[in-house]
Amino acid sequence: MSTKPTHSDRASSSSIELRLPSRLGYEKVAMNTAASVARLMGFSEERVEDLKTAVAEACINAMEHGNKLDDSLSVGVILSMDANSLEVKVTDNGDGPTNKTDAPDIHKKMLEEEDARGMGMFLIQALVDEVEWVSSPPAGSYARMVIHLDHHVPSVTL
Amino acid sequence: MPELVTRVTVEELPAASGDPITVLRFSGDITSASQPAVMGTYEGLPDTVKRILLDFSKVEYLNSSGIALVIQMMIAASKRGQKINSFGLSPHFMKVFTMVGITKYTSLHADEASACAEFS
Repeated sequence: MSTKPTHSDRASSSSIELRLPSRLGYEKVAMNTAASVARLMGFSEERVEDLKTAVAEACINAMEHGNKLDDSLSVGVILSMDANSLEVKVTDNGDGPTNKTDAPDIHKKMLEEEDARGMGMFLIQALVDEVEWVSSPPAGSYARMVIHLDHHVPSVTL
Repeated sequence: MPELVTRVTVEELPAASGDPITVLRFSGDITSASQPAVMGTYEGLPDTVKRILLDFSKVEYLNSSGIALVIQMMIAASKRGQKINSFGLSPHFMKVFTMVGITKYTSLHADEASACAEFS
């Protein structure tokens, strides 16, 4: 795993990059880093928890489906911060996800007509403000997630 | 950073009325690696068990594969005529369980006392 602070093309922004081995469990490094950054930016604890789950699920997808748990391939995580938002991009060497983001059908799961697993992309979509999955073989693929700071600050009249 | 081992302890609580309540207390991580601990413990329960309480209060990390294990347990419990209640989830995971529809098959409670009372 490596960490390096960088500057990105987001206006007035900075970024942090991680490279994780494609080994389950290491998604927690990305999850906890994203949580630390989000707290520093002033996100509420509820949004931090949402982001943690979304980042962990994106990393697991990248490790399992993108890199097929091949230890020689790494998952990239790029956190880019600006005044209003936090973007997390998770990259892998795969062809992009084939799963759906549809809401899981719990009745079908209980009847074993649908796999009990396969909820990761649905959770990501439900928990962040913006998400996209970009497939660009042979270069690899990425998931891009963004959460925005809430600007509903009460105005003060003097 | 390996995943934390999933630990499950089994306890039996007397119920005010009806069958006793079997409590599965989870700690550590619940992920895809938890299948033997979670399902192995569940499958080791005798068929006479009818009321199961899941305690998530000491779980440090739960992901979608871990949630899928909970669903697998609910499927098996449904086939065996068992009722499952849960408590100890953080507000975030109570929201996530609701989003994926698990609350249609198990009730989530803030604490052990209210979860036990709901069995009565």
